[in-house]
Amino acid sequence: MIKNFLIILIVTYICYSVLIYCKGTSNSPQENITLIAAKGFTVWQQKNCQSCHQLYGLGGYMGPDLTNIMSDSLKGEPYARAFMTNGGAKMPNLKLHTDEINELVAFLKWVDKSGHSRVEEKDVTKFGNYLIHN
Amino acid sequence: MNKVFKIYIIFSLVLLISALVCGVLAAWSFQYPENYKYVLPFQQLRPFHVSSAVFWILTGATSSIYCFTAYSLKKKEEIYASIFMILWMAAIIIVFICYSLGKFGGREYWEYPPSINIILLAGWVFFIRHFWLFWKVNTDKTSVYIWMWLTGIVFFLFTFIEQNLWNIDWFRASFLKEMTVQWKSNGSMVGAWNQMIYGTSIYLMVKISGNKSIATSKWAYGSYFLGLTNLIFNWGHHIYNIPTANWERTVAYSISMTEWIFVIGIIQNFKSKLFGEDKLKHLLPYRFLIAAEVWVSLNLLLALMMSIPAINRYTHGTHITVAHAMGTTIGINTMILMASFSYFSKNEAYGGVTRAAFRFTQLSLFIFWTGLIVAGILKGYLLMEKKESFSEAFAAAIPYLKVVLYAGIVLTISLIFIIRQLFRKVNYLQGTN
Repeated sequence: MIKNFLIILIVTYICYSVLIYCKGTSNSPQENITLIAAKGFTVWQQKNCQSCHQLYGLGGYMGPDLTNIMSDSLKGEPYARAFMTNGGAKMPNLKLHTDEINELVAFLKWVDKSGHSRVEEKDVTKFGNYLIHN
Repeated sequence: MNKVFKIYIIFSLVLLISALVCGVLAAWSFQYPENYKYVLPFQQLRPFHVSSAVFWILTGATSSIYCFTAYSLKKKEEIYASIFMILWMAAIIIVFICYSLGKFGGREYWEYPPSINIILLAGWVFFIRHFWLFWKVNTDKTSVYIWMWLTGIVFFLFTFIEQNLWNIDWFRASFLKEMTVQWKSNGSMVGAWNQMIYGTSIYLMVKISGNKSIATSKWAYGSYFLGLTNLIFNWGHHIYNIPTANWERTVAYSISMTEWIFVIGIIQNFKSKLFGEDKLKHLLPYRFLIAAEVWVSLNLLLALMMSIPAINRYTHGTHITVAHAMGTTIGINTMILMASFSYFSKNEAYGGVTRAAFRFTQLSLFIFWTGLIVAGILKGYLLMEKKESFSEAFAAAIPYLKVVLYAGIVLTISLIFIIRQLFRKVNYLQGTN
């Protein structure tokens, strides 16, 4: 009996995983990644940016969340480029090449288009859940 | 007990020390980031801390399972576990060499170049082989811990593979899919290693108390299946704010609320455990298990709060998440693994320096955990309600993070006192049944 329960749960796990992969992000269609953004994603990983920064609130706590930095009216691309080039009070100068900076910018613009990191109060339902509509 | 296993145990404890020391250094760097960025940049320091902690938990859990299962195997059959241990120790050393050279893979929990995962995966297959041999010869399968170990080992394989799906372009084409799959696998993987560790906890309770019904009761099996259901569905709180399909969030939210059953059950059973087992109170493993139970309750309450999306909106991405991570990895996982290591290395006496170190550990961890929660509440409030900037919220949290730092130092020193005793006992290890 335990074995049967376990098998049922493993099958459920596999089915649910496939459902997540195929339909889990279906209400938020996003343009496919461009070559330059894909390279930027690799730079993001190789420089371990997520150790200090967050995307959608996931990552480190030393620096700010960068999900929507590119569309931020007060900061935006020039602000991000300045940090990437020189570092900051807390951020070391990572000595990035111009190409790497351009790729990172393309990556962050692609992330920005995927949605908003901050959930607005209007999206919270009376049951405490969110309903996010892109 | 074979030599590879003794080295593996020492290696595992060194990882724990590394996690603690790197954690203190990382907490320190929050106070003086402008100095640290030249000497030990945070993006290099944090991976040492995180990987040490993750590998401590995994090597600690596998050490315990190996120790409690190897007795039933023939000498020559121990080779599979030995290969697993050698491969994992080699892979972990390569991971740290990569970090030292500034080579990263940039994934949360797994921040090293992904090719190293091939060695870890190969090693895990040998560990599965070891457990399978034990499974075949072990005719008594009525104890829940055997099923929990099996589940943890199998689901770790699934989630570890899933964690590497990002190497396939299709998973990387959409950022939302990328993040969803990454955190689905991370969340479920924590559930998988918890199965291995909670299984170990129940095994120890049975062995220490001599009461086999702990592992065969309806409550034990009910908790096991509830835990497994949460492993499969309850990872969504990591990505509530990602604009994925809304049903995904609803499923995670609904399933997470079943954890109230755990809280009620623990509270009902706790009084009898705490006050009814006088003859066990002098045993260090028992003390660690009871401490773990208290931490389970505290962290479950915190997790339940964080699983309500309306609250998660404030807590997500703040130090409350860190409190949850530290509370579970140190308060629950490390306490159970310390109980296990103390049990199988026969370091069971609770008194004198050990008692003082144990008490300091619990007190400092509580201050550490509370400090993180307060810092997180403050940050969430300032960012969401006051709409303050990141740097303003960061500056406001610094005094609380200072408390976290000092508590972390006391926690590290007191745990190292106990670890030091374990090192001494390792040479006297015998097989355990």
